[in-house]
Amino acid sequence: MSTLFVYAIVGIGLFSIGLYALIMQKHLLRKLLAINIMGSGVFLLFVSLSMRSVTGVLTDPVPSAMVITGIVVAISATALALGLMIKIARKSAKAELCNLDQE
Amino acid sequence: MIEVFLILLPFFGGILSFIIPKFNKVIGLGTFVLTLFFVFGLGLQLLDKGSYYHFIGGWDAPLGINLYVDGLSLVMLGLTSVMGLSLSIYAKKYFICKQSLWFWTIWLFMIAGLNALFLSQDIFNFYVTLELIGLSSVALTALSDTKEALTGAMRYLLITLLGSLFYLLGVALLYHGFGSVDIVILSKKIESIPVAWAALGLMSIGLLLKSALFPFHFWLPLAHSSAPAPISAILSAVIIKASLYIQLRLWSSLFIPLGADLYFEVLFAFFGSLAVIWGSIKALVQTRLKMLIAYSTVAQVGYLFIAFSLALGGISIAWSALVYLILSHALAKSAMFLVAGNLLHFHGHDRIIDLDRIAQRLPLSTTAFALAGVSIIGLPLSGGFIGKWFLLEASITKSNWVITCTILLGGLLATGYVFKVLGFTFTKTAFSQETKNISLSMELIPLSLAIMAIALGFFATPLFSLMEIGNPFFIIRVQP
Repeated sequence: MSTLFVYAIVGIGLFSIGLYALIMQKHLLRKLLAINIMGSGVFLLFVSLSMRSVTGVLTDPVPSAMVITGIVVAISATALALGLMIKIARKSAKAELCNLDQE
Repeated sequence: MIEVFLILLPFFGGILSFIIPKFNKVIGLGTFVLTLFFVFGLGLQLLDKGSYYHFIGGWDAPLGINLYVDGLSLVMLGLTSVMGLSLSIYAKKYFICKQSLWFWTIWLFMIAGLNALFLSQDIFNFYVTLELIGLSSVALTALSDTKEALTGAMRYLLITLLGSLFYLLGVALLYHGFGSVDIVILSKKIESIPVAWAALGLMSIGLLLKSALFPFHFWLPLAHSSAPAPISAILSAVIIKASLYIQLRLWSSLFIPLGADLYFEVLFAFFGSLAVIWGSIKALVQTRLKMLIAYSTVAQVGYLFIAFSLALGGISIAWSALVYLILSHALAKSAMFLVAGNLLHFHGHDRIIDLDRIAQRLPLSTTAFALAGVSIIGLPLSGGFIGKWFLLEASITKSNWVITCTILLGGLLATGYVFKVLGFTFTKTAFSQETKNISLSMELIPLSLAIMAIALGFFATPLFSLMEIGNPFFIIRVQP
């Protein structure tokens, strides 16, 4: 049980660190990294929760399958985001989200 | 079998239109016509034998993935396919060659994702379809390739990914706690223990981010206003309701039976009311037409959540109000965005003050805007009126006077911003402006959408009986 607990805490920790960085960082690349770290936290939690017995011999395969789907989604989302980021950087000479409401 | 084709057809259509770009318009339109027929067939089948499950590949729930069709999913599928077809006809003229190369493929993928979402019956499938829809709508938002559109798309992407991760964390907890992702199995196993409530909180945050309820609405105006017109229309009309649909499904089958939803009821009503007031006031002070319409969407999302909160409070008429508001807002708002697209094309800008005698020169577009406005305000006989009427009735039954006043005040403010635009369509600007021609179909599509929004008011009874097939909201009826 304690191993599972450690994994779960690490997962939630990664999620929170990512969330903090996503809100606080300005550069888009850092924001994307933050999103990816959050994603890793969720995946870690998801996989570690599949350990149903104390010894860890019996594991539930379904979460692994779901996490693989999640990773595929995360990769394609990151690719799209990087493409967008490059376009924004070319248009406005910096890879940051500017506040357009005040203009 | 029809329901499987509803998902596969747009997918293959999308791939085909990418491989054969020469015929992408024909393939796109053909797919939408076929999809509409399939939805019609699905409706007939549903009327015949009631709600039913489809086991993909013959595998039942714990192993396989189930699709589920009932009245609610049929209504949403119908809305998607009607909107899809009309927006495609509009987009055929709207997008010039280079954009149209990308548009059709991503557009068809998005529709496939939406159809899959409305047919899904397990919480992990909801996640996958949400991501499909999210990624394709971000790509479509970025199509106009301006600085605003790219920034709007980026913000939208970050928000939609954040929302999905929150949702996925909730899924992980629910799966760990109760050992399944299928809603039917979950609803039998779920108990009122901390895991369930933590999952509920995380999933709700994620979905609220995507539905842009008041404190989370900050990304919506820019993304919706800077996207190309048909995309703005589908974003406001269907996409933000997709995450609301998941909320509906989760609450009605999992969390309402658990009880103790009082806090959420108050929370949704509070933020919904704030959204109505704040969105309407912001809409009133906007100087650009598309921004005004986007802020009006923020206000209308508020109405949806007020209806949701009343429904959580156990008033069954609020469910009907909710679905009716979804439908009428979708039709009216998309008509408004398309008119805004026409004006943007006509004048080259969408500053409200500088609209130059639109009422005389584009009478069809102005009529469409006025009719859509009638439905948004909720004047009698329109679809919006029926929705708001039920909403008022529900709030009076509950004797919640704050909500009643908010609904009425929101209507008044909506009148303000619709007439602000309509007033300037008659005036002449001091300087002369160059104008471009607009093809007839680009004017007729918003008009027909607006007429449909009004006509919804006349078909309330058949729509309600259609919606209640399979009793999607688990309303307990007392038999006479």
